[in-house]
Amino acid sequence: MSLLSIYKSKVNAIKKISLYPSVYAGFPSPAEDHLDLDLDLNEHLIKHPAATFYVYAKGDSMINSGIHDGDLLIVDRSLNPGLKSIVIAVINGEFTVKRIKKINKELYLMPDNDSYKPIQITTDMNFQIWGIVTHTIHKTK
Amino acid sequence: MYALIDCNNFYVSCERIFNPHLENKPVIVLSNNDGCVIARSNETKSIGIKMGEPAFKIKDKIYKNNIITFSTNFALYGNISNRVINTVSSFNCNMEIYSIDEVFIDLSTFKRDDLLEFCLKKKKRIKKWTGIPVSIGISKTKTLAKAANYIAKKNHNGTGVFLIDESNISNTLNKISVSNVWGIGRKNNQFLIYNNIKTANDLSKTDLLWIRKYMTIRGEKTVRELRGISCIPLEQLYSSKKSICTSRTFGKMVTKQKDLIESIAMYVARCAEKLRIQNSYANFAHIFISSNSFRNDLPQYACSKIIKFPIPISDTGEMLVYIIPIVKKIFKKGYLYKKAGVVLTGIVSNTVIQKNLFEDCKIKNKEKLLNKIDSINRKMGRDTVRYAIQGYNKSWILKQQKLSPCYTTRWSDLLSVKL
Repeated sequence: MSLLSIYKSKVNAIKKISLYPSVYAGFPSPAEDHLDLDLDLNEHLIKHPAATFYVYAKGDSMINSGIHDGDLLIVDRSLNPGLKSIVIAVINGEFTVKRIKKINKELYLMPDNDSYKPIQITTDMNFQIWGIVTHTIHKTK
Repeated sequence: MYALIDCNNFYVSCERIFNPHLENKPVIVLSNNDGCVIARSNETKSIGIKMGEPAFKIKDKIYKNNIITFSTNFALYGNISNRVINTVSSFNCNMEIYSIDEVFIDLSTFKRDDLLEFCLKKKKRIKKWTGIPVSIGISKTKTLAKAANYIAKKNHNGTGVFLIDESNISNTLNKISVSNVWGIGRKNNQFLIYNNIKTANDLSKTDLLWIRKYMTIRGEKTVRELRGISCIPLEQLYSSKKSICTSRTFGKMVTKQKDLIESIAMYVARCAEKLRIQNSYANFAHIFISSNSFRNDLPQYACSKIIKFPIPISDTGEMLVYIIPIVKKIFKKGYLYKKAGVVLTGIVSNTVIQKNLFEDCKIKNKEKLLNKIDSINRKMGRDTVRYAIQGYNKSWILKQQKLSPCYTTRWSDLLSVKL
């Protein structure tokens, strides 16, 4: 539907990568008839644009999952959590990022750093899964 | 069959997505300049705070009840609205975007007994994907779908989805006063009450000829729709606006002519931008200024003027040539101005515009220039290219003390989550 484009222009913050030089002064490019569209990172990283949000990570409790302080997380709310999904959860009104784990029918939020302790989800907690972290974007130095 | 999907307390719900601790707490969103209440959570409604109440009048109530206030964050609300619309478009039904928080969908392809279940599923999907709770009203016509939505919202213990069909129609319409019927404004409401037509059910039983005589064809359509005969189809195409308005209350009261001119020049730029986005031209401009009517202790002055442009135009600069002298004329010294605005009317599409015989070529060049300016401003931020008269000082600019971050449209404003 045409309305999709309204939104797309907003997510298109990630630049497309151009694979081909565009101008030839001499002989016309023999590849011209075989040009593909440029690769769009959005297409690769975002399956449900309407349900996808970007979030910055702060802290080191998930360091062994490859999530560093300051990384950009891509969060898809439309997905259902699987075993071992990394989720953005809300516990009593506060956000956190952890890995979900079930042990003997009990639900735990697991850090991926030995200096932190797992959080057991109990019935007296106001607990909600806000979204599933599908990718983390980390800038290499 | 139609369904109306309406977001619950939309602006408040947008703020809550990124502030989950606000769930179940009283929240309000204030209009531009933190003036009036324009959105309330259910908790605030039950405290007795009304829509449109000026914030300064309810300061005590806000403090006493720990009500959390926000300034309007239209960048956020617009983005979330697009997400809701995109989620709805994934249902593969024809749809009409009715407002920032309402969408009509056409359900005629679905079997009758599936509808409630279908809509409940969709309601859940919208909430999951976007974080926005919605109510859905389903019925044979758009007016009835709107009525069904009204009931779905009223009933806090219900599922948030309500269907009006033959079995419950008169019972349901009896519970809705005429003032809450879609298309019935204040004047018609008074007229109907005077004639002892109090509920939507009463209205659906009135004589069609009589209604048409006093409330025109529009009134007749409303009555027919309440009877289950669809007269108002989905409007799928984005129709151009008939008038474009930009008006604001100032952050602090304005006394100088220069500041007033700057603000109006800025509003003209805004209006002209909107006009060009829809490829249209305007014939008239309506300019108004007024002092603060809440301050009985101060001298009061308000003035408005309508001017006609010689030919329909869309160029900010050209408009300013005609509008600024008017502002200079209606400005009076010695008053504290609180509000000003510009409305462009007599809007025509560029395909039907009557041009001056000798100006065709000039117009094409001008359009090119305006396109360039608009695209620079879109890319590099509003008013990067501006007319000098719009100024840089902006002592009159908006007060937005409680503005939340633009969580979805600015890299610097993204949500940060502690791991």
